[in-house]
Amino acid sequence: MKLAVLSGKGGTGKTFVSVNLAAAAVQSAYIDCDVEEPNGRLFLKPEKLTKQVVNTKLPVFDSEKCTGCRKCVDFCRFNALVYVKDKPMVFPEVCHSCGGCVLVCPTGAISETDKPVGVVECGQNGDIRVVTGCMNLGEAISTPIIKAALAQAGEADGLTVIDCPPGSACSVMESVQDADYCLLVAEPTAFGLHNFKMVYELVTLLQKPCGVIINKADDGYPALEGFCESNGIPVLCRIPYSEKLARLGANGEIAALADREYADLFQCLLADIRKEAQL
Amino acid sequence: MKKLLILSGKGGTGKTTVAAAFIDFLNAEAFADCDVDAPNLHLVAGMHTQPERWDYYGSQKASIDPAKCIGCGVCLEKCRFDAISLRGGVCEVNEYACEGCSVCWYVCPQSAVTMNEDIAGEQMLYRDGRVFSTAKLKMGRGNSGKLVTEVKKALYNAAPEKKLAIIDGSPGVGCPVIASVSGVDLVLIVAEPSLSGIHDMERILKTTGILRAKAAVCVNKYDTCTENTEAIEEYCRENNVPFAGRIPFDKQASAAINAGHSLAAVECPARDALKNVFKDVMTLLGESDRAEN
Repeated sequence: MKLAVLSGKGGTGKTFVSVNLAAAAVQSAYIDCDVEEPNGRLFLKPEKLTKQVVNTKLPVFDSEKCTGCRKCVDFCRFNALVYVKDKPMVFPEVCHSCGGCVLVCPTGAISETDKPVGVVECGQNGDIRVVTGCMNLGEAISTPIIKAALAQAGEADGLTVIDCPPGSACSVMESVQDADYCLLVAEPTAFGLHNFKMVYELVTLLQKPCGVIINKADDGYPALEGFCESNGIPVLCRIPYSEKLARLGANGEIAALADREYADLFQCLLADIRKEAQL
Repeated sequence: MKKLLILSGKGGTGKTTVAAAFIDFLNAEAFADCDVDAPNLHLVAGMHTQPERWDYYGSQKASIDPAKCIGCGVCLEKCRFDAISLRGGVCEVNEYACEGCSVCWYVCPQSAVTMNEDIAGEQMLYRDGRVFSTAKLKMGRGNSGKLVTEVKKALYNAAPEKKLAIIDGSPGVGCPVIASVSGVDLVLIVAEPSLSGIHDMERILKTTGILRAKAAVCVNKYDTCTENTEAIEEYCRENNVPFAGRIPFDKQASAAINAGHSLAAVECPARDALKNVFKDVMTLLGESDRAEN
């Protein structure tokens, strides 16, 4: 089963839920698709790491062959090309690597070179396969790294947990595309609810089955529970704030491995998700 | 106009809580929410007027006329974004994967492809003497950096005479963050004393460094782990990043937010700590006289 964990708002506990579910399963893969800020590895501490560089394509210009017709500059929809001092030039950070300029050049003056934009790290923590996508700093476009990370998921028989980026933009869409079930981690605050509604709209649009975990659920927030109830979204679990959890987290420990009570909680949650997803 | 941008790297550390309090401390007349993926500042900004609204057009989207398509698959082969699939003998475009490059339009031998404008979000501009610019990106759309640039532009155009603007940013280090940093005078990073919080603070500080933007750090919920708070301060000292103070964990903060206003008007320890952070930040901006009201 492929399980995507998402939230809309940042900091609600996506990574906390993801690593604990991966740890509670018998055999699992954990894929960190929050490539701008990948943090699952801080807790899962994978060993036997292998790294793969993720490249995108960038155009290079052969000045001998270039006649200065500017067809490439006119074609580029991303304004990534300019024509200065009698030659075309590319702004690498806005280039989408579509290859259009290569196609339109009438003299074959444009070829492509690899440009590294991030890395995908694969490793193991016991039975858990840990895959981390990490975008290079200063890069803007995260989807190629997310695609490369998801491609490393392998054919896990058990559970694949996809830890998604925050928000509800293209990077989230890319991360949940192949998921069988979406787990939404919500926070009982006005900000949490507002962003939760946005991400709920996204999974509805993709027609994915979903359920909710309410994290830091101490005081309750009736508006959130009400929204779930009136939309028929199952609330699978409520996790109250606890000093024990905060301490385990600060030490980089995984609650489901370090503590019996949380091991039970996440195993039950996983069983409930399987029942809901019918997988 | 001077501009203060609030970022965090990690989500949920309290960017909007800090931004909303600063807006009230300053009686700010110009502010913006650049977290176009998950905007929240409007929930606590206290604007009582209706905003002016207009559509944001992102990149174009391709569409293929099934009557003209012969299913040759040239477009499918050339598309770098896996946005085209062959179904029932004709090609079709997945609008979420399409980035609008128009390569398919160029290579189609049947001229079956058209490129269409696409509404990728909505911009909103509130005015009640103050000016507040915000936006919401449509589900699953890309190009959020371009929308961030538009949100800032709308603010600057509507309030050219205002002296200081507060801008709430988005989490992460990618496209929208890079767009939000350009042209600001100072980035205040709201860090959190957790393992992830420290890691993400380092990544966002390196990113602002690459972009040559001036940055300062404050720690929110510092008392949830004082050892990590000290580690953050140590990191700032070693890297010559100004440290603007600590804010304690305070249940009043989420209570104030849930009630729809900022912490500025609530008598509590977090408010007092925030006021001190605010004074330090105004000094760093060369606006220390503004902190004294």
